[in-house]
Amino acid sequence: MSLKTKSPSTPPSDQLSVEHLLGIRDLGAADIELIFRTADGFKEVLGRPIKKVPSLRDITIANLFFESSTRTRVSFELAERRLSADVVNFSSGGSSVSKGETLVDTVNNILAMKVDMVVMRHPDPGAAQFLSRHVDARIVNAGDGTHEHPTQALLDAYSIREKLGRVRGVKVLIVGDILHSRVALSNIFCLQMLGAEVMLCGPSTLMPKHIDALGVKVERDLDKALRWCDVANMLRIQLERQNGDGIANFPSLREYAMLYGLDIERYQRIGRDVVIMHPGPINRGVEVTSEVADHANSIILDQVENGVAIRMAVLYLLAARIPRTGV
Amino acid sequence: MKPVTLLASKAFGLTVTRLCHQLIEDHGKLEGLALIGLQPRGVLLARRLRDELRSIIGQQHHAYGELDITFHRDDFRHRATPATPSVTALDFDLEGRKVVLVDDVLYTGRSIRAGLDALLAFGRPSSVHLLVLIDRRFSRELPIQSDYVGKWVDSIGDQRVTVEWKEIDGQDRVILHTSDGGGRVASGIAKGSTADQ
Repeated sequence: MSLKTKSPSTPPSDQLSVEHLLGIRDLGAADIELIFRTADGFKEVLGRPIKKVPSLRDITIANLFFESSTRTRVSFELAERRLSADVVNFSSGGSSVSKGETLVDTVNNILAMKVDMVVMRHPDPGAAQFLSRHVDARIVNAGDGTHEHPTQALLDAYSIREKLGRVRGVKVLIVGDILHSRVALSNIFCLQMLGAEVMLCGPSTLMPKHIDALGVKVERDLDKALRWCDVANMLRIQLERQNGDGIANFPSLREYAMLYGLDIERYQRIGRDVVIMHPGPINRGVEVTSEVADHANSIILDQVENGVAIRMAVLYLLAARIPRTGV
Repeated sequence: MKPVTLLASKAFGLTVTRLCHQLIEDHGKLEGLALIGLQPRGVLLARRLRDELRSIIGQQHHAYGELDITFHRDDFRHRATPATPSVTALDFDLEGRKVVLVDDVLYTGRSIRAGLDALLAFGRPSSVHLLVLIDRRFSRELPIQSDYVGKWVDSIGDQRVTVEWKEIDGQDRVILHTSDGGGRVASGIAKGSTADQ
């Protein structure tokens, strides 16, 4: 009599292949699947009357924000608190950074107070990578300049998976300021790794040269691009990053909105249910109008909700790799 | 050592039926009761109990749910790899209900401790009882005991008890594995049920 091999009670995947989350490019598809599966569990926890689990109660996390952020900072902090971690917050305004302290010194001073993980947003590309080589803590990149914003890409892909049931084969259009967008870069890596097709659309001044080398399609005409896609991710125009070299990248916000903004007339012309995404914060009337942002096919608020579950999953899986000390 | 079958399919079925009747004996038609299976393997027993109770009573008066305990476990960062979660499905109010937690094997008691913790995040039941198919007594690491037991097993440290289910493993049975060089076998345990003989 032959028996089927006993199906194990432990699921097939095991742990992340990385010790830090610096960028999507360091992950494999199996890592992303593991993060999504773990996030499913946390999403359920977030629907409970008591939205808190004790997993990280012996972990301390520092949130270092050297660049302004509301949504990402709040999302990370909620994720940390719902895992029962201890949390310290630090933002650059009015801190020792303005007194000339270096990044490594700042972080090492914080780590000296027995901090296990650091969530950092920084204006310089590569800051998270640099930190991971110089300090003894797990680093989560919450956005480094124009480089990567891995948790945003994860929550975007997770939201697509939730809405459409899959990511593989889905046609995703990313519209807007690709040049300055860490969200775009992380999204391209993440979506391609999961088998989605990616098209970019935006003014040529905001499109990086040779971006097609990443295997993405580039389309100048938004109406054509919208007819192609299943999902349209409308990036925020990063007003704070324009005119860096004294040259305007586009003549006016009004002209940008006319050519690359999504209003309800343009949306209805597509004639299909294209899913609308936006990483926030929305400049209503620029990237999307209010009718589009609040449309039934918009998953903008689902993205925000999923952000907490995704960040809980990332922190949980990274914390699992921290060796225990003491005892 | 050769694995020993503690319960084969016939005795397995009788044991599940007996557990159903014990629940009915104590709780009548099971009104106000909630049967909650612990993920991942306790839910298999809980589903079996639910179906059999329905066929005995004729109707389902009790609530039924499945609970994942992954994030409440006390061995996070003690294991080589983190546990990944299963599904929790509790779509009723726990407040004031009599809960019967269901798991396949009670061993150290740590899963049940995590289960109680996870359960209480959903509300305040009026009471919680524990039902297990196999109780490996003398192996407890926490002061937790079962209220309904399919079979007691007196096993020692390096032995393992596995419960196999028709739905996923092809047949119903309970097996005791002893690793080679595992030393003595506690008396009276290497016996299957007479129902299977």
